[in-house]
Amino acid sequence: MTAIKAKHQRLILALIALAAILAAGALAAWALRSQASYFYLPADLKANPPEVGRAVRLGGMVKAGSVARAADGVTVQFVVDDGKAEVPVRFKGIVPDLFKEGSGVVAEGRLDAGGQFVADNLLAKHDEKYVPREMKDMTAARAAVRDTQ
Amino acid sequence: MHGFANPARFLRLARWLTPLLMLSGGILALGAMGWGVLRGPADSLQGDTVRILYLHVPTAWLGMGGWTALAIASLTELVWRHPLAAIAARAIAVPGAVFAAICLLTGSIWGRPAWGTWWVWDGRLTSMLVLLFLYLAYAALADAAQRDGAGGSRVPAIFGLVGAINIPIIHYSVLWWNSLHQPPSITMGKSAMAADFLVPLLVSTLGFSLLFGGIVLMRMRALLAEQQAEARLRRKAQAA
Repeated sequence: MTAIKAKHQRLILALIALAAILAAGALAAWALRSQASYFYLPADLKANPPEVGRAVRLGGMVKAGSVARAADGVTVQFVVDDGKAEVPVRFKGIVPDLFKEGSGVVAEGRLDAGGQFVADNLLAKHDEKYVPREMKDMTAARAAVRDTQ
Repeated sequence: MHGFANPARFLRLARWLTPLLMLSGGILALGAMGWGVLRGPADSLQGDTVRILYLHVPTAWLGMGGWTALAIASLTELVWRHPLAAIAARAIAVPGAVFAAICLLTGSIWGRPAWGTWWVWDGRLTSMLVLLFLYLAYAALADAAQRDGAGGSRVPAIFGLVGAINIPIIHYSVLWWNSLHQPPSITMGKSAMAADFLVPLLVSTLGFSLLFGGIVLMRMRALLAEQQAEARLRRKAQAA
């Protein structure tokens, strides 16, 4: 039997080790799938509701036409939607600049007994699309960018 | 590659390549960032804060690319025992850490107006912070191993390989898990970014890549010189 060159032996060992590390990492990431998510989607929240009063985050799109300001001027009421389910949200405070109907939002807070989400804090989520302000017709520009994908 | 097993030949090449890379990279990166800040358009939603993109994204990519190169150098060190591999890996660690830190800082500065927070523990931000810590740990480990002398490059090389697991995690963090950080705008020849942003971003990335290469070559030359000086001192001590 011909002996394997030391160099090749090391290469094989290193590749086996690398494959093992990658597999371990992939398994860990898989196990973390739900725990490492930063927020619940409305559908997750409906399917698997956390206890009333437990601090959670809810993320999704601000449903178009759902934002309503209360008479006190600082309370906002809106609906977070992920295309499958909707959750009504109430927030009292200053909303971030990027908070708009039809764009992403992450609300930190808790569900109340009535199924409404009471947020202590709102984070605006930016999407991956970048469109210059000068493009006048924004919807057309966004559609054009989407079509080039 | 084995032509460079002779460090003298590598040094001859590096001597003129280092200033060339640094100068061309610096001009391209500064030019693209300057254009983006002074002349480029504002984003329809983010407004002027989008301009930090030309620094944030290249440093993020190079922070990740740096560790990929460090892992390849580590593999080369472990398998082929190439004399320059360990030096290349050590030379990458410090600029890699600096780039990862710039990425985290600029991201944080952008996050405050855009998201409404300086920092969140979502998958992308956390895994990028881990990358910074890996770089710092690698630099400390490689220095300690070097001081201990004989065979000191093996342990850091193993660390460099193991740390590579974080690179796909950073990349996929925004796809596997819900995160506050947006998914990638540029994927496999597709771009959800208008050309007005994309072109200066790519030029800036090219510039920062050349600059990174120049810094690595400069550090490699310094590390080689250090080795030679130490060897000379040792010989002198023995002769005396």
